[in-house]
Amino acid sequence: MTATDIRPTTAATLDTKAPRKPRNMGQIIRWLLLFGGGILMVMPIAYMISTSLKWPWEVYNVNLIPEEPTLENYIYVLEDGRFYWWFVNSMIVATLTTISALFFDSLVGYTLCKFKFPGRTLVFIAILSTLMIPTEMLVIPWYLMSQSFGWLDTYWGIMFPGLMTAFGVFLMKQFFESVPDDFIEAARIDGLNEFQIWWSVAMPLVRPALAALAIFVFLGNWTAFLWPLIVTNSTDMYTLPVGLAGFGDEADVAWELIMTGAAISTIPTLVVFLIFQRFIIRGVVMAGLKG
Amino acid sequence: MFRYRDLTIRQKQIVWAWIFLAVPVLFYTVIRFYPTGNAVLISFQDWNLLGSRTWTGLDNYVKLVNDPVFWKVFANTFLYLIIGTPVSLLISFVVAYHLDKLRFGHSFIRMLYFLPFMTSAVAMAWVWRWFYQGVPIGLFNNMLASVGIEQIAFLNSTTNALPAVLAPAVWAGLGFQIIIFMAGLRSIPQSYYEAARIDGVSWWTVLWEITLPLLRPTIVFIVVFSSIGFLRIFDHVFNMTTNNPGGPLNSTKPLVLMIYDTAFNSFDMGYAAAQTVVLFTILLIVSLIQLWLLRADR
Repeated sequence: MTATDIRPTTAATLDTKAPRKPRNMGQIIRWLLLFGGGILMVMPIAYMISTSLKWPWEVYNVNLIPEEPTLENYIYVLEDGRFYWWFVNSMIVATLTTISALFFDSLVGYTLCKFKFPGRTLVFIAILSTLMIPTEMLVIPWYLMSQSFGWLDTYWGIMFPGLMTAFGVFLMKQFFESVPDDFIEAARIDGLNEFQIWWSVAMPLVRPALAALAIFVFLGNWTAFLWPLIVTNSTDMYTLPVGLAGFGDEADVAWELIMTGAAISTIPTLVVFLIFQRFIIRGVVMAGLKG
Repeated sequence: MFRYRDLTIRQKQIVWAWIFLAVPVLFYTVIRFYPTGNAVLISFQDWNLLGSRTWTGLDNYVKLVNDPVFWKVFANTFLYLIIGTPVSLLISFVVAYHLDKLRFGHSFIRMLYFLPFMTSAVAMAWVWRWFYQGVPIGLFNNMLASVGIEQIAFLNSTTNALPAVLAPAVWAGLGFQIIIFMAGLRSIPQSYYEAARIDGVSWWTVLWEITLPLLRPTIVFIVVFSSIGFLRIFDHVFNMTTNNPGGPLNSTKPLVLMIYDTAFNSFDMGYAAAQTVVLFTILLIVSLIQLWLLRADR
């Protein structure tokens, strides 16, 4: 691990043209302390993955690197079948919700930003005000609604509360401000209708914001727990977090299997992060400061 | 006769705007506003899902005020906030402050700190729960045992359990706060620091007179954002105490877990709804304090 991790650092050191005088000592100490803290930060994740690769006889040793790494736990958990379905359910729910939120949030954000019509401010304030309503307050009425419409224990039941997000509307509205009105005007003269203008002129210009929003919505739905816990009853319909909570709670489940389940529900988002790292961090700043 | 092509450009815009907004307006009305009102209504009713709904006025709220468990839960919820927010604020500021001053390799280290933010709370709650087990299972106690220190009862102790449950919640949020702090630090004009250097001011004075005052909006944002997060803590507590939710002896039970229990284990919908109204009110007050503090800046 260390060999590959150090490399980008040394490369970066060569790049800096800062004077190398006594202050360098301070820089090195600072780097080492921060690095040590960072290693501590990733330790829980490292131990989760390491334990999922251990044989039962080694699980309670404190060594991080398994002596005889094995995929046996993963094979066991996937052959059991439940985690496979929970993974599929989570993937379906998170993907569809993300697509819906991206579509509607940007459509509403665009409308509120670029159209002049009576009621615009009212709609904007109404949508923003829903940010103040905590999910926990809505779950009881949602549950009653789902019960009377037969949405309990269905994909639709898990997804419907997240199909649009007020945060996304706000974020997208901010970003559509940067799309020049001239572009829209020109497209209108070219005879595109308003939907086409939004879709093929405005949307491509806010791609970075869309991608950032996609990551947040996906992560939020992938890790969502309270509502899926309430709305699902049958094991087949669980999402990964709900399934894992039940799995861990079963009598006599070995810790290495729980760690394997935890790894299965964490690794996808970690991989996404490692691929789009810079981009995601920029997205966090963007969303944090504008939101 | 209404014909689209006869409309002026302005009128066409109005038509399009409402076509675009039709489905979203319906969504926000049915999935957000109606349930909010419904929750408030139910809080004035007695209803166990099966029997009839009867109006009981303020009975649920009176019951709440007289319920010792509620006050225990209320105290726990604020303990999560009062410990969690300052601790995570302090750690994330110290890390961001030094990361910002680092001249090499800082994006790699930043990644290490941010990684926990991308994990699932449920998964990591189970990992930490394993860490906290006694010898010979749990990692922490095994490490302590190997250097000859006495075992610590983390999750089985009424005093240690709450901080033990809080730790992974703080841990997971640090990365986000560090990133926001670093963005805040970057936005402070370098000229202020240069002026301070010419004047020969100590780093301590620079920190207190320049850095912290200019970071005020960032600090307000992080304090409110993390406060709301800690007031709504649920996933970690639920998963680390599944054998005895909120235990031992309700010592870790937060408001959201009490709501979940009342609504979906006892099916006392009216009482649970009253608890959600209390949660809503607390969160509203926190948000209003933020607005007020940020307005004071201008």
